Amino acid sequence: MSTTQNIEYQKKEIPKRIQTIGLVLFLVGLITVGIGYLTDTTRVAFNNIIIFSFLTSIGLGSLFLVAIEYLGGAVWSTPFRRVPEFLSAIILLLPLIVLPLLSSMGNIFHWIHPEVVNADKILESKAPYLNTTFFIIRVAAFIAIWVVFYLLITRNSKKQDASKDQLLTKKNIKISAVFIPFFAITISFTAIDWLMSLEPHWFSTIFGVYYFSGSVLAALSASTIIIVLLNENGYLVKGLKPDHYYSLGALLFAFTNFWAYIAFSQYLLIWYANLPEETFWFLQRWEGNWILISIGLILIRFVIPYFGLLSQPSKMDPKRLLIMSSVILFAHWYDLYWLAMPNYSKNGFVLGWQELGFILFAVGLVMLVFNFMAKKNNLVPMGDPKLKRGIDFRL
Amino acid sequence: MNEKILYSYTGIFDSPDAIIKATEKVSEKGYKKYDVHTPYPLHGMNKAMKLPPSKLGYVALVVGLSGALSALLLMFWMSAVDYPVVIGGKPLFSFPAYVPVIFEVTVLSASIATVLTMLFIFFKLPNNKHPLHDTEYMKNVASDKYGISIQAEDEKFNEAEVIKLLEECGAKNITAIYYDEEEINHKHKILEPKFIGFLLFTALLTSGVSYLTLNKILYMPPFNWMMEQNKLNPQSTSTIFADGFGMRNPVEGTVSRGYLPYPYKGQPEAAGTNLINPLPVTKQILDIGQKKFDIYCSPCHGYNGEGDSRLRGQFPNPPSLHSEKVRTWSDGRIFHVITDGQNVMPSYSSQLNADEKWAVVHYIRALQRALNAKESDLQ
Repeated sequence: MSTTQNIEYQKKEIPKRIQTIGLVLFLVGLITVGIGYLTDTTRVAFNNIIIFSFLTSIGLGSLFLVAIEYLGGAVWSTPFRRVPEFLSAIILLLPLIVLPLLSSMGNIFHWIHPEVVNADKILESKAPYLNTTFFIIRVAAFIAIWVVFYLLITRNSKKQDASKDQLLTKKNIKISAVFIPFFAITISFTAIDWLMSLEPHWFSTIFGVYYFSGSVLAALSASTIIIVLLNENGYLVKGLKPDHYYSLGALLFAFTNFWAYIAFSQYLLIWYANLPEETFWFLQRWEGNWILISIGLILIRFVIPYFGLLSQPSKMDPKRLLIMSSVILFAHWYDLYWLAMPNYSKNGFVLGWQELGFILFAVGLVMLVFNFMAKKNNLVPMGDPKLKRGIDFRL
Repeated sequence: MNEKILYSYTGIFDSPDAIIKATEKVSEKGYKKYDVHTPYPLHGMNKAMKLPPSKLGYVALVVGLSGALSALLLMFWMSAVDYPVVIGGKPLFSFPAYVPVIFEVTVLSASIATVLTMLFIFFKLPNNKHPLHDTEYMKNVASDKYGISIQAEDEKFNEAEVIKLLEECGAKNITAIYYDEEEINHKHKILEPKFIGFLLFTALLTSGVSYLTLNKILYMPPFNWMMEQNKLNPQSTSTIFADGFGMRNPVEGTVSRGYLPYPYKGQPEAAGTNLINPLPVTKQILDIGQKKFDIYCSPCHGYNGEGDSRLRGQFPNPPSLHSEKVRTWSDGRIFHVITDGQNVMPSYSSQLNADEKWAVVHYIRALQRALNAKESDLQ
């Protein structure tokens, strides 16, 4: 069995054009969004929710990936654990994305208006949970919790680069163990607050898990895109094998199936029981040309990634992995659009510069965050005791 | 040894690293027909042996897809064509309900096909003879050693060279393995009398044992814990009582708990004069009366008691409750009808208890009053 004798890693600077492209996308997006907020506030506010949920998925999902690597004692992902670590820095920017929403909450949540709530028995009984004060407290508290765990976990990981102290790994395992229950609760309530409460009469107990499955996919696909690009251009340690790609592909494949399982479970129960108070949500998405978006969701989110990643060679091929990760990442935005937008335009879907602007904004932001973090830190956790075993990983 | 044929040369190694290095060397030399035996799967061995990816996945894919398709067709045939029954108001062909079954059948057929293919095609199951069986080499590699066996069938095979190669790799116990043509080609036939006899014997044994266990042994002491109990079953005879009946009448002059006998059965007039409504007229009681009336009375009498049945002629419509006759009846007389029934109307004693009946009576009074209000009500 051949083992790597020395870990070969020379830090290479990320090319300047990443920053330029990211900045251009970000600024174009920001200007579009700004114009949108002045002219078409409600629609842009809905898009803001989509993009907030999207970036939360990537940031928080990445932190989750880091945490489960520590908890599971996984070695295969250690050589590129820095990528999800960098991506989880998005958590720090989430308050900025929430701020514009707080000013236009009245346009999107109709449980916010007291006169609507008083006239509606169901909303009245949900009022102890769904009210402005408690909502803002929750949003602030959740982001604060995420920031704390982000700082704790990544600080230890960075410290290890220089000190090579193995105890830091043990510390991070403990922090991750505390983080997981917080993660489970906060991500469920985030999904309920931002996406389910857009239609406060509707309820689905599996909704939190649905958003979780999509979030892990988003974080995983974003990380995979960056990892493949970095490794193919020689930015990571030497000695990464198709076995590493295979593991990423297998995880993407597994969570694609998990999403389909959860989404279908939600649909099947509502379809079977056939209660009007639940079915209207799906009917809304099955009327007019929304039916096209709904069928497209099944194709883009499940059928294409499923058959694209089914065979073993396809999970090892960097090109295929890159394409499929991009599809999955786009599918997460598409899924969030499908969840949120029918509440804005009930008669048919709308796609325009408002939507595109936010996508550019988000892509640019992720690129800028990654570029910033990659400049400041090592791309490989050099002090991690699991690194050598991670490079030697074989299926 | 003369009639025996050379099968292969084998060598034993002590560590997984050594066996992988040796395998790499053997495959580099261009040998095709050789095999490696290790006590557990070794990572990286596929690469060292330059094995192509397994074909088993295709079997799973094809059988899995046909399993999915046949499950879909089966359910379509059963529930939409052959025996169409509407269930829960859903269409006859309702795809979402089929998905879990399709999934299960896909997984089941794919996994069974994978296992059977492995056993019967890859391992050639009915043929269970192999030259390496029952050799010292196999005993070693099945416990804690790692072995390689280069077969004589290989085009490049040459005794001296193979021994040299194995020695170069550092193999121990280099031995030649021989086999007997007749013995190795002996195949067990499915229709062998011994095999059929064994099958029959097993079938008889299992059915006999289960028959005896379920029908005889469980009824014999000491296994009869649940079967034999000191109690009388309904309709069975008893030796305790003189008349031999196991089921007894209640003791004379007693009633069972929670049950009040109705003394005016078949005596509507007596009930009308003697029974008095014990409940006060309050909102709570009227609400109970309305609820019970709407559930049990309104299907025939109508929500307002006008005899406008919702049953579309399946039963004859009852007369209105607002007739002169009913309005002048006493509360007890109405109570009697609810308890004892009248004409087509059956007794509602199993649906309503006494208090609920009185509440319904109050509610009927309220309905009558609403339709035929007195002048004094206006004040």
